[in-house]
Amino acid sequence: MTTANAILEARNLKVIRGGSLLVHVPSLIIGEGETLSLIGPNGAGKTTLLQALCHLMRPSAGDILFRGEKVGDSYAILEYRRKLAMVFQEPLLFDTTVFENVASGLKIRGLGTDLIRQIVTEQLNRFGIGHLGGRSARTLSGGEAQRTSLARAFAIKPEILFLDEPFASLDPPTREAIIVDLGKAIAETGTTTAIATHDRNEALRLSDRIAMMDGGKIVQIGSPSDVMNRPVDKLVAAFVGIETILQGRVRKKQGGSIFVDVNGNEIEVAGDVEAGTNVTLCIRPENVTLSLSPPVMATSARNVFPGRISRITFLGLVVKIEIACGFPLVAYVTGNAMEDLSLREGKEVTAQFKATAVHVINKMSM
Amino acid sequence: MDIILDGIRKAFHLLFTFDAEVLGITWFSLKVSGTATFISLFFGMSVGTVVALTQFPGRKFVVSLINTGMALPPVVVGLFVTIFLWRNGPLGFMEILYTPAAMIIAQAIIATPIVTGISLAAMQQLPKKLRLQILALGATRLQMVRILVREARLPLLAAVMAGFGGVISEVGASIMVGGNIKGYTRVLTTATVMETSRGNFDIAIALGIILLIFAYMINLVLTQIQQRERPR
Amino acid sequence: MAVLSLMAAGIFMAAVSAIPVDAAPVQKNIILATTTSTQDSGLLDVLIPVFEKKRGYFVKTIAVGSGQAMAMGAKGEADVLLVHSEAAEKKFMADGNGVNRRLVMHNDYIIVGPPGDPAGIKGIKKASEAFKKIAATGSIFMSRGDNSGTHAKEKDIWKAAGVKYEGEKWYQQTGLGMGQTLAVAAEKKTYTLADRGTYLALKKNLGLDILVEGDAILLNVYHVIEVNPKKWPKVNAPGGKAFADFMVSKGTQDIIKTFGVEKFGSPLFFPDAGKKVEDLGK
Repeated sequence: MTTANAILEARNLKVIRGGSLLVHVPSLIIGEGETLSLIGPNGAGKTTLLQALCHLMRPSAGDILFRGEKVGDSYAILEYRRKLAMVFQEPLLFDTTVFENVASGLKIRGLGTDLIRQIVTEQLNRFGIGHLGGRSARTLSGGEAQRTSLARAFAIKPEILFLDEPFASLDPPTREAIIVDLGKAIAETGTTTAIATHDRNEALRLSDRIAMMDGGKIVQIGSPSDVMNRPVDKLVAAFVGIETILQGRVRKKQGGSIFVDVNGNEIEVAGDVEAGTNVTLCIRPENVTLSLSPPVMATSARNVFPGRISRITFLGLVVKIEIACGFPLVAYVTGNAMEDLSLREGKEVTAQFKATAVHVINKMSM
Repeated sequence: MDIILDGIRKAFHLLFTFDAEVLGITWFSLKVSGTATFISLFFGMSVGTVVALTQFPGRKFVVSLINTGMALPPVVVGLFVTIFLWRNGPLGFMEILYTPAAMIIAQAIIATPIVTGISLAAMQQLPKKLRLQILALGATRLQMVRILVREARLPLLAAVMAGFGGVISEVGASIMVGGNIKGYTRVLTTATVMETSRGNFDIAIALGIILLIFAYMINLVLTQIQQRERPR
Repeated sequence: MAVLSLMAAGIFMAAVSAIPVDAAPVQKNIILATTTSTQDSGLLDVLIPVFEKKRGYFVKTIAVGSGQAMAMGAKGEADVLLVHSEAAEKKFMADGNGVNRRLVMHNDYIIVGPPGDPAGIKGIKKASEAFKKIAATGSIFMSRGDNSGTHAKEKDIWKAAGVKYEGEKWYQQTGLGMGQTLAVAAEKKTYTLADRGTYLALKKNLGLDILVEGDAILLNVYHVIEVNPKKWPKVNAPGGKAFADFMVSKGTQDIIKTFGVEKFGSPLFFPDAGKKVEDLGK
């Protein structure tokens, strides 16, 4: 992302409230038409950053540039805000009809009745609530209300759309349907979008880039696979769902791989790190396969470790299997696989994973 | 018991024969209290809204003052207004003691804290994020306040009813600053006191019933407006 | 009917000029401080419109307790007083608060009580004697207890009778106006002192009889006093004088003479302008 095609740029942005530094972002560039997700634990500063970018919260220091021009100088704040839209976790609808709600942003801008009707109808249909136009906002379900909020935001045709944990209060099926419709709307309109979420899957599905925040700072920003599979430190790793995080030391480096000693076990990892370095290894549980020992089939996995199942946890669609095989290893299997292999605690199994499935965090290379 | 029945009978008789004096007093009562309520709405709603939506040093103190003002005894207000408006008082030169203007002033002073307090509560119970959402939709500060007031319209209407109810039924201040002068500053409440002291209990009850009827009719209209959009 | 239409016209004018301040010049307003019992008699409802029409003034009749009326005059907050409290009036004049204290009219007080008359006071000539008997028999006496003119008169009679009444079981106080006190007395079948006017107005609903009347001490004498403009420059001196002159003028005195006859069969007041106080009564 370069400044050239940036629609929004934050430089040295700081937000200080009550003596604490809530957000400190030296540089953030959002490209036109991209969807950026902000992920991170509660209190990481996602909401604060979003509100500061919108100028709903006054930054204590730093600049926000919209299409290269400073907001506050070349752009009056109100003018800038009218190019944006924000959707919150709560629908925050007005005590009137759905139609009036969706029209509110347009009425604020003083548009004419006919034009308003045209735009509102279009947005209602886009979000599948065309039949709810005359209903009172108070009578809507959670999903319908949030769709109304989205329609209201899209109605003003924002240049940037901000969403602050928009689906956190919805149940999974509702969430699912709305994410699909939102994704379509964003694709159709090409709206630049910034979403704050603590749901990894949401971030994965909707974003072009993911930024991980912690303690008010952006600790990593990159494509979804970058952040998910190549977390820059343990914190990010834990947040993006890497269950196996191991400390080890590189014993030798050879032919595109390194051999890492972890608790006396040797793990082969694709990478280039000098021998003797202390490293952290991350292995995604989806990348670990299990078989009954001894291994029935020959596979291309370099790392094969026999071990014993120490714990089984049901996580809904997948089952988390913790294995002690010289080091703690976590694998996800489906319910079917569970049955096929008759897995139970204490059973002896063999775990395998590819050398390329292991991600190395080497603090030195930061 | 018969005295109450007498009163009811008298009330209808006075109303349906369009007794000039009673109708005059009634109309005057509504005008005075209506004007006072209107003035109190202007001051009360604006102050209540500003205090609700802004932060400033000493805000807690101001809020407790407003809440105390709601319990201000009307007769004490009447006493102070009288002292100010006396010929030899600081505002004596205005010569408005014992005039309808003085009654409107006293009633406005009584109603304003009530309207302020309820408006304050009405605006404060709006979700805090709503303000942000409205700003995010591109509203100016003025547009935001207008939208918030519209959102709080139900409890704000309650403020109107409370303010009006407080002064249409008030008698202590009205007697003191108005003087209960026949055809000039006599309202339903002060006339009721006078008839009671004369021993004309049936007329007193009749006037009381008339007051209740008109107060009810006005509140009926306001309640209709308030409750109109409650579907389900 | 004339009175009614005059009232309607007055209300209309008031409605038109209701807000915010009187457009008419200062001198048109006269503040008349008088007592509630005077207002309750209804006499002023007849006299005031006549005066206003004749002289073009607007009279603000402030009817309060006797004490408050005199206090208003003593502070220059009224222009003219129409009161009936001999002792208080004398002090008022002695303090230099008033000028031209003139006799206007009188009515009288009567001692009323239940038809059964348990204390047996009917027909007694001297009021103080009657009070002595009430005390002696322990019959309940209902006092107004509100420092009004009536209450002051009642205390004078007790003093003349030399009887202790404060705190006695048979002595009760309402703290209310005359009409209300009569109603309470009627309800509880007690004795009370009332002005004839209010009694006559309420007679048919009461069930109390007139038991003692005519004693000189029972006279209730009304004077009109102009508030002293030298002491209080802000008073409407010409207005106050005009009203006082009106009260003692022949035409007014004639109205007073016949006021109440049609309704109650006997006049409520007796016009006395020009007479001496000592000559009143029989």
